[in-house]
Amino acid sequence: MRLTCPVCGDRDRREFTYLGHETYLHRPPAGAPAEAWDAYLHLRDNPAGLTRELWHHGSGCGAWLLVERDTVTHDILSVRLAREDTA
Amino acid sequence: MRFSALEIIKQGLIGNTGWRPHWRSPQPKSEYDILIIGGGGHGLATAYYLAREHGLSNIAVLEKGYLGGGNVGRNTTIVRANYGMPGNSEFYSHSLKLWEGLEQELNYNAMMSQRGIYNLFHSDGQRDAYARRGNTMITQGDDAELLDRDAVRKRLPYLDHDNARFPVLGALYHGRGGTARHDAVAWGFARSADQRGVDLIQTCEVTGIDIDKGRVTGVQTTRGAIRAKTVGIVVAGRSSQVAAMAGLRLPIESHILQAFVTEGLKPCIDTVVTFGMGHFYISQSDKGGLVFGGDLDFYASYAARGNLPMAEHVMEAGMALMPMIGQARVLRSWGGIMDMTPDGSPIIDKTPIEGLYLNAGWCYGGFKAVPGSGYSFAHLLATGTHHAPAARFRLDRFARGDVIDEEATGSQHNLH
Amino acid sequence: MRIDDKGLIDRGRPLRFTFDGKPIQAFHGDTVASALLANGIRLMGRSFKYHRPRGPLTADSAEPNALVTVHRGPRAIPNTRATVQEVFDGLTVRSQNAWPSLRYDVMQANDLLAPFLGAGFYYKTFMWPKAAWEKLYEPVIRRAAGLGALPGGADPWQQEKAFAQCDVLVVGGGPAGLMAACTAVEAGADVILADESDRLGGRLLTEDTQIDGHAGYAWAEAMAAELQAKGVRILTRTTVTGAYDGGTYGALERVSHHVADPHPDLPRDCFWRIAARRCVLAAGALERPIAFPMNDRPGVMLASAVRAYLHRWGVAPGQRIAVFTTCDDGHRTATDLSAAGVEVAAVIDPRADAPPGAIRGEVVSTQGRLGLTGITIRSDGGLRQVACDALAVSGGWNPTVHLTCHMGARPTWDATLATFVPTADAVPGMSVAGAAAGVFTTSGALETGRDIAKAALAALGGRRVRIHIPTADETPPRQIAPLAVEAPDTARHRAWLDFQNDVTVKDVRQAAKENFISVEHMKRYTTQGMATDQGKNSNVGALAVLADATGRGIHQTGVTTFRPPFVPVPIGAMGAGGTGAGFAPERRITADQPMRDRGAPMIETGLWYRPGWFPKAGEDWLAACTREAAMVRRSVGVADVSTLGKIDIQGPDAAKLLDFVYTNTFSTLREGRVRYGLMLREDGHVMDDGTTARLGPKHYVMTTTTAAAGQVMTHLEFVTQCLHPEWDVAILSTTEAWAQVSVAGPKARDLVQSVVAEPVTAETFPFMACGTVTILGVPGRLFRISFSGEHAYEVAVPSRYGAALWQDLVARAEDMDGGPYGMEALNVLRIEKGFVTHAEITGRVTAFDIGMDRMISAKKDCIGKDASRRPALLTDREEMVGLRATDGGSLTAGAHLFGLTTPLRPESDQGYVTSACHSPTLGRSIGLGFLRNGRARLGERLRMVDHLRDQRCEVEVTAPVHVDPDGGRARD
Repeated sequence: MRLTCPVCGDRDRREFTYLGHETYLHRPPAGAPAEAWDAYLHLRDNPAGLTRELWHHGSGCGAWLLVERDTVTHDILSVRLAREDTA
Repeated sequence: MRFSALEIIKQGLIGNTGWRPHWRSPQPKSEYDILIIGGGGHGLATAYYLAREHGLSNIAVLEKGYLGGGNVGRNTTIVRANYGMPGNSEFYSHSLKLWEGLEQELNYNAMMSQRGIYNLFHSDGQRDAYARRGNTMITQGDDAELLDRDAVRKRLPYLDHDNARFPVLGALYHGRGGTARHDAVAWGFARSADQRGVDLIQTCEVTGIDIDKGRVTGVQTTRGAIRAKTVGIVVAGRSSQVAAMAGLRLPIESHILQAFVTEGLKPCIDTVVTFGMGHFYISQSDKGGLVFGGDLDFYASYAARGNLPMAEHVMEAGMALMPMIGQARVLRSWGGIMDMTPDGSPIIDKTPIEGLYLNAGWCYGGFKAVPGSGYSFAHLLATGTHHAPAARFRLDRFARGDVIDEEATGSQHNLH
Repeated sequence: MRIDDKGLIDRGRPLRFTFDGKPIQAFHGDTVASALLANGIRLMGRSFKYHRPRGPLTADSAEPNALVTVHRGPRAIPNTRATVQEVFDGLTVRSQNAWPSLRYDVMQANDLLAPFLGAGFYYKTFMWPKAAWEKLYEPVIRRAAGLGALPGGADPWQQEKAFAQCDVLVVGGGPAGLMAACTAVEAGADVILADESDRLGGRLLTEDTQIDGHAGYAWAEAMAAELQAKGVRILTRTTVTGAYDGGTYGALERVSHHVADPHPDLPRDCFWRIAARRCVLAAGALERPIAFPMNDRPGVMLASAVRAYLHRWGVAPGQRIAVFTTCDDGHRTATDLSAAGVEVAAVIDPRADAPPGAIRGEVVSTQGRLGLTGITIRSDGGLRQVACDALAVSGGWNPTVHLTCHMGARPTWDATLATFVPTADAVPGMSVAGAAAGVFTTSGALETGRDIAKAALAALGGRRVRIHIPTADETPPRQIAPLAVEAPDTARHRAWLDFQNDVTVKDVRQAAKENFISVEHMKRYTTQGMATDQGKNSNVGALAVLADATGRGIHQTGVTTFRPPFVPVPIGAMGAGGTGAGFAPERRITADQPMRDRGAPMIETGLWYRPGWFPKAGEDWLAACTREAAMVRRSVGVADVSTLGKIDIQGPDAAKLLDFVYTNTFSTLREGRVRYGLMLREDGHVMDDGTTARLGPKHYVMTTTTAAAGQVMTHLEFVTQCLHPEWDVAILSTTEAWAQVSVAGPKARDLVQSVVAEPVTAETFPFMACGTVTILGVPGRLFRISFSGEHAYEVAVPSRYGAALWQDLVARAEDMDGGPYGMEALNVLRIEKGFVTHAEITGRVTAFDIGMDRMISAKKDCIGKDASRRPALLTDREEMVGLRATDGGSLTAGAHLFGLTTPLRPESDQGYVTSACHSPTLGRSIGLGFLRNGRARLGERLRMVDHLRDQRCEVEVTAPVHVDPDGGRARD
């Protein structure tokens, strides 16, 4: 697998680490109900198909990336900087 | 038909023409007492123990593909009870006891071979963590030995003990651990369940779960609707999809674990060895192939195939640990889809829907659990109460914080 | 038998090698198999299960029978295909899986027992008595199983990996691949062409094909030269082994398998990882055998292999050769043999429209013990015997679709061609040309090679080119479905499908009868297709048998999955670089060498190396450790702490970030001060701890533990990029930029003052102060913090001064009755003080567990705060306590805690020991551990039990701090 980092360009998967679904971008506010934290930390749609997830270019520029990817074909549809998505 | 050496001779003399089907291929009935979705190791074991322990036989196992076609047919065949966390240790201890005697019970040779497992350690910290685990195992009634470097050197002379990077300091040894012929385990359970009246229905994909007023009433399948008041989901690798048919969202993310087998070689590794610094473990099959694997591919996937970076990493680890395998050639690599939970431990529980039960989240540890999981899940399905050794595998334990985190890596699915 | 004037071997370069000790004459260009056949040797191996005598079936890497061991002693390499191994002077070849010899193998007794060793017999027996499986049956089975043997020592062969990128990867250098590479390079593409053989040409080397009026091999040779000149990277002896995501391909290059005395630096193999924008698969096709009774005798060979031996190596595999074919290709073999002057004993073709001259019938048996002597033919005229010493067999062709299936696609059954062809777009970026696509003519291969490459280039935006297609001279082979011939006498005659694993037609039928009717069940039950050729020779035939047995069509029966690698890859090649120190990077502190010079053992700590202790004459580790710890408490010690993670945090929102990632508050920290901080994971468990110093209004320096440095940095990047990108804060890991040395002990201030220009007093540097100072003329930083409980400082200088600073401080310390101390003493000092490390904060503990719940500020949010409030994380926990031996015994980390009289059962397990040491200060064994509701149990006596090390002692539960509980020594 290869990812195109918006900062560094086309790179081998070895330079990146995976965190998980983009759920991690949407942290519940302080004091949110327990269900919200359960959903944030544990529960996942876990789709067989298209998903949006967070990767880190740890052996590169250190950017957190929001990757659109297919979990069945491993096709990468898009790679964007996470900070731009959430800003 | 009872399998025995005598039967083999008898059949051999008549040209092997008298063998009978290992199981029937029945048409699904319109209603059963209990439906098991998933004809893998855990589903088949569940059906078997329902019949054997609880005297139930109006049961169907619904399998989308062929029996044993999931992770029970795609793993590295290791059987062990060397878990350290309360909640896990008693469960795997029970499961291993079921393994010991399973073949005679099932009249099926699964080639269970208690060849021992060495978990190597390379630092004082690893040693102490293994010591804590080994002491738990002994208190639990299982076997464990803490070996120093000389003892390991004597028993496993082929390791690179003085590895320039991570010298071997010792090992936690679990003598009752070992390997078994994975397919045979599924087939043995299937055959015995079938003999006890369970309908094993292959190429029957569940497409919907019928729920009425919070209670399960049956399932829709590619071979028609089937009614049942009790339905168990046992579909590791597809748990999220099947649970979603009942409107459930699970604490599971699917990941790929690769494994590898080499060409056949004369015996050279007579045990199971795990490398404490490199996510590498290896054993040798009865056919002579070296069977080995490593860590997850690390990203969510349903592709059932491995990627090159982890394959190379696993082999680098192999070369670091035991350079004698350098000229063994990898014949085949494969990937299984793992239900990864946020604490690395499984789920055997009721769901919020009455009559609907879930057996899932085995991460990459499901094979050794097959009998224990089947036994405990059958207990839950038949009695509605949790079987003691599996009592902590609850669906709500994450929300409550009652996690069983063997790897101590926290609530990130792919780190266990 | 060698044929004059045939073959691409160099008859001017004769060679000698040995086979089972016997000298064999060969020529440069021979493979082991071609040379043995040239010398009349057909018997090259034994089968896996029945130990049947076997000769080569193929002339390529799919060979199931002729597996040998090459080289000797520690360099021996088992399971080498004799059909691929090139011969060189002095090569040692030995047969394998036979004892005492290949001709007289005692295990061939298995063949007599074959009726009792049918499909899956082992699942039905060996169960009684129970203990006998491991003691008797399994050891015997294991010794009998396996093929060759590894020599046992560390693999002495050099191996290597390489990486490449290209626009177009062409897999296969036959006519289709050559045309594809030519088209691509003409269009300006960067091209890699990989071929399994030592020279390009593919089947052009093994057939009597003319291209543009030239011999096929000559055309290929010219083409190869042209491609090379145009910049195509040609990898010969290179098999593309796998197709992976994102246009990544694995390939195995046999770099020096053919070299008699390779240079020590030359690897045996090189494993390539190739990133290609497009791939043209031109891997050709593999001929399939026919399953007819007793079809496994040495001398029975694929028809294409017979032509390959004839044309490429100038060898006739027999003197009188029969041909049994279900497609036109077999007849080509007969024609070519006749043209070369080899006697063709008979041509048998079961098809209704078999060409004239052929016998319309089937081979129903064969004769010969260690090699074929004759065949039995059934035709309209009944049964007849024909004497022959070789039989060429063709059951049609299977396109080499394997790589197209590596990403999960299944091939498509083409009923017209009676074979599986690639499914379109099976692998993104890969297209298929030539025989691999089911185009079985040379002209078709040339044309599709060009056209497929053109299409691939169009996708890349390459320039348009006109490429001439040369003319080739042959007609397409007609073929029929794969064939299995039922024996007239089924009890005695077996028809092999999987030669190596000894799977016969009867086995597949028996599996079907036992309801293993799924193709995967049949495979797993019979082991069909699980041998070293992974079913390349047998899968389609077996499918046809299963389809017939179950009354389904082949397309309904399905196929098993093709998985990488296409040919087996040595672990040493794919794992090249992993041996010895190569497995992981080494991180060394700047004072590494001076520490080694003092005899300190440097211990692996993650990727770092840190000094364990600094031994004096006659000291073991414990004596050194005890002396060093006492030294710190008595005078002064110097320890390198450079491996701790250091993260520079700057910007207007730096304080916000720290308040958010730490449980406690940092925005209130004054400039010039340091504070201890606790960091949680979002799931409420402790991630790490450390100190953070405020150097300026918007400038902090965070210190992490050695182990968690990377994790914390990634975490901070996550918080600043994903959760709060609006914050104006910059973070940078500076772990490698600074060397840091701890100076601890009652004399620490005197020592530090001796190297720091600025005054270091209780006023200028009180406890938990920090500042920028000049250290021996170098700008550096000074932190008054303590991990030992003593009056202590950490002195930081840019890394290039680190070794000098450490040596200087050690020299000065030694003049003050002090000296260096290592990790062991550091550990003792912190256990005495009850400070946690990752032995305690394992990832499973909470702030509550380690008694730091009050550090979670109630006034603000922080990572992990809400989740740490989950009910099960707050009640009935194992809490950190101190432990002291009360009976003179020793604590051991990993031991468990029980009541003094309770039974040792899981339910009575009260906790465990995480850290233990002999305390020089208290003069007894102490430790830290976790105890159920421990903080309420101080003063209680418990039993420590370490079954594994056979250690038991009585312990007293205490607060974690064993020494100087009010902390005066560090503060004053």
